[in-house]
Amino acid sequence: MIEQIFFYIFAIIAVVSAIAVVTSKSPIHSAIALIITLLQVAAIFILLRSPFLAAVQVFVYVGAVVVLFLFAVMLLDLGGEKIKEQFHQQTVLGVISSVGLFVVLLFMLSRGSLTAPTGGYTEAVLAKNTEVIGKVLFTKYIYPFEVVSLLLLVALVGAVVLVLNQKGKDGV
Amino acid sequence: MLTLTHFLILSCILFSIGVAGVMIRRNIIIVLMSLELIFNAANISLAAFAYYLESITGTVFVVFNITVAAAEVAVGLAILVAVYRRRKTVLVDQLDEMRY
Repeated sequence: MIEQIFFYIFAIIAVVSAIAVVTSKSPIHSAIALIITLLQVAAIFILLRSPFLAAVQVFVYVGAVVVLFLFAVMLLDLGGEKIKEQFHQQTVLGVISSVGLFVVLLFMLSRGSLTAPTGGYTEAVLAKNTEVIGKVLFTKYIYPFEVVSLLLLVALVGAVVLVLNQKGKDGV
Repeated sequence: MLTLTHFLILSCILFSIGVAGVMIRRNIIIVLMSLELIFNAANISLAAFAYYLESITGTVFVVFNITVAAAEVAVGLAILVAVYRRRKTVLVDQLDEMRY
């Protein structure tokens, strides 16, 4: 029961601040609202008995991704926009199609049922959440892990090259 | 009692808001933020399936997903800075040509 109350608190704050991300005028306000949403998602991960995921969410998203967004906003000096510059002409169509997508998703949810077999990772095993994930990550999923680390390296080098190249061409 | 459906409906709502943000906003930074909302919606549903199926695979997948999202944001913002230096705009409907 108490879990349910907390779930609704987190869910409502997450949805409200997600709407704020999409609708607010200033990109800075959007970034702050995005931080709130990501923190609520971290809390949802705690409700799903994954404190490791919650920690990673806070470190990577709130600590790195949103700070990167804020850097970009301040670097490019994107001030407030006028209200009519904020949205496309296709706003109405976009809202209608995303509401339609939501209805279709709800329809699929109401029709579906969970028939897959359950694995062995019960709540008792997951009490040592980080240890369990670490063991699986470095044994069974070692190849995807290496591929992802390579991807991060490529993204790092790619980001540097993209910004440098442009600078050289412009002679700035 | 919390069920899988609770989490999946929350995930659907966040996904739809993210899709709406990608489609209606003109500022490309907000579009990238909406993409993060979509990533998070997917992560919630993966973690919920992992918990209710008592499997660890979904959890591990969320870890990979977060990593890929971080790489995507790094490259995306680098492209954004490069484009802004050249075109002096971040509005997506003015960036509709492949070659400038």
